[in-house]
Amino acid sequence: MPKIIKGSQVVDDSWVIIPKDFSGELPRAKVLLPMQYWLDNKEALNLQCAGLWIDSDEDVDAVGLEANQFPLIAVNFPTFVDGRGFSIGRLLKERYEFNGQLRAIGNAIRDQLFYLKRCGFDSFDLKDGIDLDAAAASLNDFSVTYQSSADQPEPLFRRS
Amino acid sequence: MYVYNENDQKIIEERVTQFRSQTDRYLAGELAEDEFLPLRLQNGLYIQRLAPMLRIAVPYGLLNSKQFRKLAHIARTYDKGYCHITTRQNIQFNWPQLEEVPDILGELAEVQMHAVQTSGNCIRNTTTDQFAGVAQDEHEDPRPWCEIIRQWSTFHPEFAFLPRKFKIAVCGTQGDRAAIQVHDIGLQIVKNDDGEVGFKVLVGGGLGRTPVIGSVIREFLPKEHLLTYLDAILRVYNRHGNRANKYKARIKILVRAWTPEVFAHEVESEWDYIKDTPSILTDEEINRVKGFFTAPDYQSLDDGEADIELKQRSDENIAFGKWLQRNITAHRVPGYAAVTLSLKPTGVAPGDVTDVQLDVIADLADQYSYGEIRATHNQNLVLADVKKSDLFELWQKAKAGGFATPNIGTLTDMICCPGGDFCSLANAKSIPIAEALQRKFDDMDYVYDLGDLSLNISGCMNACGHHHVGNIGILGVDKKGDEFYQVQLGGSSDSDATLGNVLGPSFGRDEMPEVIEKILDIYVENRNGDELFIDTYRRIGLTPFKESVYAKDH
Repeated sequence: MPKIIKGSQVVDDSWVIIPKDFSGELPRAKVLLPMQYWLDNKEALNLQCAGLWIDSDEDVDAVGLEANQFPLIAVNFPTFVDGRGFSIGRLLKERYEFNGQLRAIGNAIRDQLFYLKRCGFDSFDLKDGIDLDAAAASLNDFSVTYQSSADQPEPLFRRS
Repeated sequence: MYVYNENDQKIIEERVTQFRSQTDRYLAGELAEDEFLPLRLQNGLYIQRLAPMLRIAVPYGLLNSKQFRKLAHIARTYDKGYCHITTRQNIQFNWPQLEEVPDILGELAEVQMHAVQTSGNCIRNTTTDQFAGVAQDEHEDPRPWCEIIRQWSTFHPEFAFLPRKFKIAVCGTQGDRAAIQVHDIGLQIVKNDDGEVGFKVLVGGGLGRTPVIGSVIREFLPKEHLLTYLDAILRVYNRHGNRANKYKARIKILVRAWTPEVFAHEVESEWDYIKDTPSILTDEEINRVKGFFTAPDYQSLDDGEADIELKQRSDENIAFGKWLQRNITAHRVPGYAAVTLSLKPTGVAPGDVTDVQLDVIADLADQYSYGEIRATHNQNLVLADVKKSDLFELWQKAKAGGFATPNIGTLTDMICCPGGDFCSLANAKSIPIAEALQRKFDDMDYVYDLGDLSLNISGCMNACGHHHVGNIGILGVDKKGDEFYQVQLGGSSDSDATLGNVLGPSFGRDEMPEVIEKILDIYVENRNGDELFIDTYRRIGLTPFKESVYAKDH
C-alpha cells in the first residue's frame, strides 16, 4: 500500500486520485474527486466516500464554505516551484474554515514540508522513492517563526 | 541598528543547519540538481561562469564594524581577498567553494548576518535611502519599517515560491533616494491631514526586460495595516501572476494586464478579509523596533565654527575641497556630516572592496561614526555620523585606503553590474566598459564641470546595473556571439523617475569612449549656465545627440 506522511508519522494510505479527464463509473474506493468533476456533478454524487483535489490553477473560492463536506482535500503541486498551493491551503483553512485533512499531492519536496505545515497541510504525498522517515524531520526545520499562518494565528510579536 | 534577540538568532542558526543538510544531500546525490537550484538560490548561492557566487543579505544596507571585520575575514579565508557591493545594497563573494558555503553561513550567523532570500523567486532584501535617519529632508526614519518588513518576509510560508523575484523599497522623504518607483512594491512614508503616519503604496514598477514605472494603488495606508496590506498584494500576485513564461512573470506584467485600477480593487477585496487579523501591528511592536534606531549621543556642536574651519582647510588643500564638495552630504544635526566612501576609483571594478579596505573602514567607522557603515545602491559606502571637525583627518585616512576618490554623483561614479566577467546571465562584459570610460574621462576638472550625471551599465537586459534609469544608460547586447552596447539617454531614478530612450543602433566596445564623449560634447554645447545633463536632455531631446553620434565622418 502507498505510504504518506500524516502528522509526523509515515502511514499507509488508500485514497485514490481520480484524474481530471475521468468519465464513467467511480471505483468502489476512497476517491479524491477532481474539483471541476465535483462542481459539474455534485447534485448527483453520493459523497460518502469522497474527498476532493484542487489543482494549482483552479479557483479555491468555487469550493468555498462547502469544503467541510469533505473529510480530506488535496492540493496539487504540478511542479514544486508552483507556489499557488500554499495560498490555496491557507484560504481553505483560514477563510473557509476547513477542518478536515489537508494534503499536498504531486511534486512538493521534502524541503517545503515546513512551509506546507504552516499553510495548514497535515498530510503529504511525496514522490515515490523518497525516504519518508528522513523527510519527516524537515517538518521541524525551524522552531521559531515570525508571521501568523494557518497553524499559528498570532505573529511572533503578539505571542508571549 | 537592529540587534537580534534570541528568536532572531535561533531562526538564523536553524537556517544554517537546514542549508548544511541540503548541501550534504546534494553532494551525496540525494537531492536532485533541479530541486537544489531554488533552495540554494533562496540562500544567495549562484553557480557562475567561474565559480559559485554567494550573495550576503545586508538588510536595508546597514552594517556595523564587527560585521565588516567578519566580511574581511571571509574574503581572506574563503575568497580571493575582496567582495562586491551590489545595487540592492547587498554584498557578493565571487569565489567561494560550494562545500564551504555552510561554514561561511555559520560564520555570518555569529555576527547576525545571513544570505536568506537574496536570490530566487521570493521576497528579496528590502532597500532604502542610504541617508535614512540623518537626512535633512526626511519625514520619518524608514529603517524600523524596513526591519518590520524584513521579519515579516523572512521565511514567509506562503510566499517562498512566487512566480518571480519580488523587491520592496521604502523611502521616508519627499525626494526619492530609494528608487521606489521601479520596485515591485514601493512604499513612501507620508502623513495624512490629521498628522497620522502611513504609506503611499506603489506596485508594478521594475526594470529588467520590460521597464515600468510603478502605479499608486493606495494614497494612504495607516501604518498599523502595513503587513496585512503587503500580505494582500502578495497573495493576489501569488495566485494570479503568470507562471508559464518567466519573462512575463513579474508583478508589473499582471498590473499592466489588469490595469492598476483593477489590480488595486483585487488587493482591497483580499485585504477586506485579512485587515483585522492579529497581523495588524501594535504600537508596542512598532516602538520596540523603533527603539533600535534612536539617534546616537550626538554632541552639541557649533556648525558655523566647523564650517569656517572646513573652508580654511579646503582653501589650503584643493583635493580636500573637492572631496568635501562631492563626497559629503548635509546632516540633520549641526556639526555633523554624512561621508560617502567612493568604491569607484579608476582601474577597480565599481563596487569592489578588498579585505584590507574592509578592515580599515571598520576602524574608521569605530573611530568616527559610531561603528556603523551603510552600503548604497550606487555601490558605495557611507559613514553617516561624522563630526565635521573630524572630516580632514578622516579624508587623509580614506585617501590612504584608496576610497576617497572625489567623484560621488559624477560621470565616473558609475553603477555597473559584474557583467560577463562573472555572471552567467550576461550578454556582454560591463566592467571593461566602466574602466575604459574612467580612463577616458580622467580629467577631474572636466568631470566636475559636467556636474551631477549618472551613468549606469548593465551586461544584459536583466538590468542589475539599472541602465534604464541612468542619465546615460549602457546595455550589453549579444549580436551573433559578439558583444555590442546599446546607449540610452534621459533616464532618472529620482522622484521624477523616467526611463531612458534608446539612442539608436549599438556600438562595439572600442567605440564606446568616443560615443560617450560625443554625447557629453552635445550636452556641453547646449546647456544653459549650470543646467544639469538630465535637464538639458529633457529640453533639447534625443535628436541632437543622435545626429552627432551617428553623423558620417567627412
